[in-house]
Amino acid sequence: MKEKKKLIDENGLRLDGRKWDQLRPIKIEVGTLHNADGSAYIEFGKNKIAAAVYGPKEMHPKHALLPDRAVLKCRYHMAPFSVDERKNPAPSRREIEISKVIREALQPSLILEDYPRTAIQIYVEVLQSDGGSRVAGITAASLALADAGINMRDMVVGCAVGKIEGKIVLDLDDAEDKEGSGDMPFAFMPNLNLVTLLQLDGLFTPDEFRQALELAQQGARRVYEMQREALIKQYFSGGAGETTVVEEGE
Amino acid sequence: MSASKKSYVVETLRKAQMIELLSKGKRIDGRQLDETRKLDVRTGVIEKANGSAIVTLGNTQVIAGVKVQPGTPFPDTPDKGVLMVGAEVLPLAAAYVEAGPPDEGAIELARVVDRGVRESEMIDLASLCIKEGKHVYAVFVDVNVLNVDGNLFDATSYAVVSALLTAKMPKYVLEGDAVKNSGEVLPVPVAKIPVSVTIARVGNTLIADPTSEEEAVMDSRITLTTDDESNICAGQKGEPGTFPPEQILQAAEVAIRRGKEIRQAIKAATGHG
Repeated sequence: MKEKKKLIDENGLRLDGRKWDQLRPIKIEVGTLHNADGSAYIEFGKNKIAAAVYGPKEMHPKHALLPDRAVLKCRYHMAPFSVDERKNPAPSRREIEISKVIREALQPSLILEDYPRTAIQIYVEVLQSDGGSRVAGITAASLALADAGINMRDMVVGCAVGKIEGKIVLDLDDAEDKEGSGDMPFAFMPNLNLVTLLQLDGLFTPDEFRQALELAQQGARRVYEMQREALIKQYFSGGAGETTVVEEGE
Repeated sequence: MSASKKSYVVETLRKAQMIELLSKGKRIDGRQLDETRKLDVRTGVIEKANGSAIVTLGNTQVIAGVKVQPGTPFPDTPDKGVLMVGAEVLPLAAAYVEAGPPDEGAIELARVVDRGVRESEMIDLASLCIKEGKHVYAVFVDVNVLNVDGNLFDATSYAVVSALLTAKMPKYVLEGDAVKNSGEVLPVPVAKIPVSVTIARVGNTLIADPTSEEEAVMDSRITLTTDDESNICAGQKGEPGTFPPEQILQAAEVAIRRGKEIRQAIKAATGHG
């Protein structure tokens, strides 16, 4: 049996020195890509993710358009160099599933009825992955949708919680995800207080599940403050075209 | 499996009617809100498979088959057997289904069921190693959906679990550097029985085990898989709707409570206790 890495030390600190309820450093920029109708870039720990939105645009294939609303499309994709072992660039089953859940996580925030017969395309490109890429991608994609000027009810913000060494902790990184005993990606709309994404694997007692759900909301609210600040800087203090950087101060 | 198969006019009218009914705590087929449909499990239906089961949940019907073969382990788990769950919605299962490679709905279905079996540690993968890094048992469970009437997640989950519970595999032994069939037959090593329960949100009401008709008007669904000790071992929210956090906890309560009953039914049908 391999020696298991200790994920929490005697001082209660995690491998990267974080406390149980601490997020990794986060950097968010809005309006990063010139051609896209909306775009954002996020660094979430070692995750580096670019998100872009094109649309509302003409729907192809035509027969799949919806007469009363826009069709939302989403592609989550990982670069071949984003992980330890080179990843085949063709979309994997995992990426197809994640594309679906990201789309379904963002769709409730959008007023698609304002754009009948059109398509809105979201791209989430993971340039480097470090655990929690889908939820960081959602945070960035929601900013890209806002940057594209798509009418929306609320922002969507993502954050994962997990279980390591029998303890519920916020925001697992790659090492914790691999060695830990549970992971729960989560996204919600903070002002409407509605959950838009929830996945879970591992083993959670009913009580741990309740704690995890509570901690995920707290974490997501903190990411939301940074998401909101990035948008405010881009549109109200920086001026159009300039990118802004927001970092979490500890 | 999305809502795109129905006319929007019919869907909207139907939804209004169903929400009115649900607000009185009633369902269109007369069930309680948290009541699941009649479950029938028949195992050992395919002689050429190592294990098999036909599960009928209301009018939803799926068949699962297990094939166990010698295989090579994944590089990151050299000392563990391989488990793979696949699912396909056959074109004969509903008018809207078209032949072709699995779409995102079928991929999600297979992956959520796989997660429940894997994370509950139903199969002792460590005991399926023949020679570390070289030879392991590969357990393939494939599900074909025969008739669609909603809640494919749970029907598929019950079929996979029932097929595994009754599966027998040949014992492979090392002969030099190769493996060969020893002629002996072993049961597939199962430790736990994961049971998924899917709950749909229609309007502001939660209903368990939705039919196709209910799925056509649902806003969102959540599938929660529990093990024998009521731990939650897999979860998936789906569809472009939302859940208030407190309804997720309600759903977990229903998944644990109904999960226990269904586990008993599966145990009885597969001769496990």
